[in-house]
Amino acid sequence: MKPMPIHRRQTTTQIFAVPLLLAILSIVGLVSALVGDGAWDGLSWIALGIPIVLCGYFLLKRS
Amino acid sequence: MAIVSGIVVYEPSMRKLKFGTYRRDRLRVVRWLDVHNLTGIVLVMWMLVVGFTGVINTWAELVIKVWQFGQLAEMTAQYKDKSLPANPGSIESAVQVAIRAEPAMKPAFVAFPGTIFSSKSHYAVFMRGNTPLTAKLLKPALSDAETGVMTDSRELPWYVATLLISQPLHFGDYGGMPLKIIWAILDIITIAVLITGLYLWLRRKSGLSVERVVVDASAADHRPVYTS
Repeated sequence: MKPMPIHRRQTTTQIFAVPLLLAILSIVGLVSALVGDGAWDGLSWIALGIPIVLCGYFLLKRS
Repeated sequence: MAIVSGIVVYEPSMRKLKFGTYRRDRLRVVRWLDVHNLTGIVLVMWMLVVGFTGVINTWAELVIKVWQFGQLAEMTAQYKDKSLPANPGSIESAVQVAIRAEPAMKPAFVAFPGTIFSSKSHYAVFMRGNTPLTAKLLKPALSDAETGVMTDSRELPWYVATLLISQPLHFGDYGGMPLKIIWAILDIITIAVLITGLYLWLRRKSGLSVERVVVDASAADHRPVYTS
């Protein structure tokens, strides 16, 4: 089965819900490594790594 | 600018598509549009921050000049007509004086008399803090190079602080090796966003716009299907 486009139109809120979440995540990732070392660095790696994983997931998944 | 316009066109383009849609069995334009939309929107905040801090970094020279003629000139006003010290004192003692003044900080570097980060008569010991953030925020302690007496020490003004914070956020060199690797991958994905965007734009100019292709293709999708 191929990824099905939704035929129902989405609202602006729906369109930007995930991007907004990812934007906040990016800010957390960018700032946390500035604030401290150790766990803060780890948080930063996870927060900035998630967008990369998502790109890979959506582009590579066999649907 | 390009990023902001990308966000604006993301909305109409995604009206009928779920987040993360990749139509792998469609024509190249459609696939590249999906790649562009997905990677672009996922990285948008990172690209904005890196882009904006990059712009700030291009002002580095100007910012340092402003500091030099502003705060630094003010801090060393009573020395401004002096020439270079004939018998400069010990750098070590200038560093020790600075450490005594700011026991919670560590010396980052020492600017010699006559260089751009100091006056003609001072050792400027730049002190830094202990977290990655405060390590970037320097505080100069100026010591008279002849007498070894500390004459002034002030926090750097907001515009220099902004520059110093912008540098790690632009270069990504502040969270250990994993962050550098993540940064490199993000850079590569950004290049992919640029290339796909350029391709889509050139394609549009040549009249074979993706809208056209998408409309044709979805018209084909909606053809009634007869099964036997």
